[in-house]
Amino acid sequence: MPQKVPFWRSALLSLALLVLFLGAWEIAVRPPAATGPALDPEYAALLGQAAQQGQQTPMPAPSDIAKRLVELLSDPFHRRGTNDQGIGLQIAWSLWRVMVGFLIAAAVAIPLGFVIGMSPLLNAALNPFIQVLRPVSPLAWMPLALYTIKDSSISSIFVIFICSVWPMLLNTAFGVASVRREWLNVARTLEAGRWRTAMRVILPAAAPTILTGMRISIGIAWLVIVAAEMLVGGTGIGYWVWNQWNNLSIADIIIAILMIGLVGLALDRLLGAIAQAVAWQE
Amino acid sequence: MTRIVSVEGIARRFPGLTVFQDVWFGIERGEFVCLVGHSGCGKTTILNILAGLDRPDAGNIVVDGMEITGPSLDRAVIFQGHALMPWLSAEANVGFAVSCRNPGWGKSKVRDAARAALAKVGLTDAAARKPSQLSGGMKQRVGIARALSVEPKLLLMDEPFSALDALTRGSLQEEVSRLVTEAGQTAFMITHDVDEAILLADRILLMTNGPQARVAEVVHNHLPRPRIRADLHHMPGYHPLRDHIMDFPITRSRTLAGTAPADYDARNPPAVHLGG
Repeated sequence: MPQKVPFWRSALLSLALLVLFLGAWEIAVRPPAATGPALDPEYAALLGQAAQQGQQTPMPAPSDIAKRLVELLSDPFHRRGTNDQGIGLQIAWSLWRVMVGFLIAAAVAIPLGFVIGMSPLLNAALNPFIQVLRPVSPLAWMPLALYTIKDSSISSIFVIFICSVWPMLLNTAFGVASVRREWLNVARTLEAGRWRTAMRVILPAAAPTILTGMRISIGIAWLVIVAAEMLVGGTGIGYWVWNQWNNLSIADIIIAILMIGLVGLALDRLLGAIAQAVAWQE
Repeated sequence: MTRIVSVEGIARRFPGLTVFQDVWFGIERGEFVCLVGHSGCGKTTILNILAGLDRPDAGNIVVDGMEITGPSLDRAVIFQGHALMPWLSAEANVGFAVSCRNPGWGKSKVRDAARAALAKVGLTDAAARKPSQLSGGMKQRVGIARALSVEPKLLLMDEPFSALDALTRGSLQEEVSRLVTEAGQTAFMITHDVDEAILLADRILLMTNGPQARVAEVVHNHLPRPRIRADLHHMPGYHPLRDHIMDFPITRSRTLAGTAPADYDARNPPAVHLGG
């Protein structure tokens, strides 16, 4: 059994690794001393910045990224035209889409999963559809969504819906189907009735399994929204990353990666906290 | 005495296998009946049929003049595993039963009734605890409180103490004996513990081994009440009673198994009066 490590020791090691990594990065991308023949000044003027750095956008050093991060975070919610919106605003757009898609998916998947879990017949009848549709990349739905919905923003919400629905559906069905026979028998001998049994016995019994499904779903939804927004454009952190790629702003891309990671972590922790609240132990 | 339960020729059959058949017995109001038999003779099935959780393949059961068609609040079950809901406190577990019995009651009334039921089994201080924070004996006490809180006409118990250690089992047996006597509760219990049956039962049904299990004998237990566990073996008539019953699971349940003797009448199995 692994021994419990005191927090400060692991934190210290994490910090040391981070410093080491960033330090190595900083040194590795330091521009070499100017060598080679100087460019024709006129040509250099045409090419702009790129010419001075040997025609290639340099990999930004951590110090550059930190500077840029401060810059971006100092005004995260600005809006200067459609293509110049703050990073906070972009993340908010993505979160909004994930939230709407996820909540609609939960509203469909949990009741449907309940019914599937309670009825072996429906479970067997719907299983082939679920098995075929579940492994489909959610982005494969995008063209169909664009064609039918004709709105890029709603289409990305649809894609979030489609990718979050499966884990919640399957987990709910599994959780409901594996509620202990003895608890159901208790409810039956107490003449609890269908609705009462569903709400007071089956739902709390299956809640931890359902929450596991929701946690998986929100993770997938946050992965998918970046790709979906890259595809449909307009707003959102995914679009913003792609836009910064077109602008060759490597520092912004790295910052976006960091932000996506942090938001994803926060979403997972949020669902984890809810799961903790409904967990029970024997 | 009036007959409250009448089991009329029930059977459980699978293709090519009859677990038990032609089982007849009655339970009088206020009586405590124990069914003793080896595992595999269909004891639990009989209890589940009485509870309405299972259906017999033949015959039927009449309770209070009505043939039973399903589970009912009038027949409460104390399950072998306590079957408490782990996400509810002891009080809420009992409260769930109380609110099922009395749908119109408000929250505070349900809570008071649940507390009163827990107080009867000595769990006043543990009301707020979840099952995971209770010992095995305490969990089963909650199970007993839950079953009694609906004030059933018939209390059904499926080896309720078999999962407990000997000391806890003993104190719970006395507790059940006291509660049932105080309330004049009609009860039916399945057990393979002969001493438990002697302590609790007015009548002990002995079942042969399956397949084709049947009630081979009905032993009337005339040991006077109240019976105290510690004194039981000093009571006159205890030893002949115990010896007679002990013979059954050890040898006779086997030798009597299979086809019934010619003079066997399923509706009136041989009766033996002992202990008084």
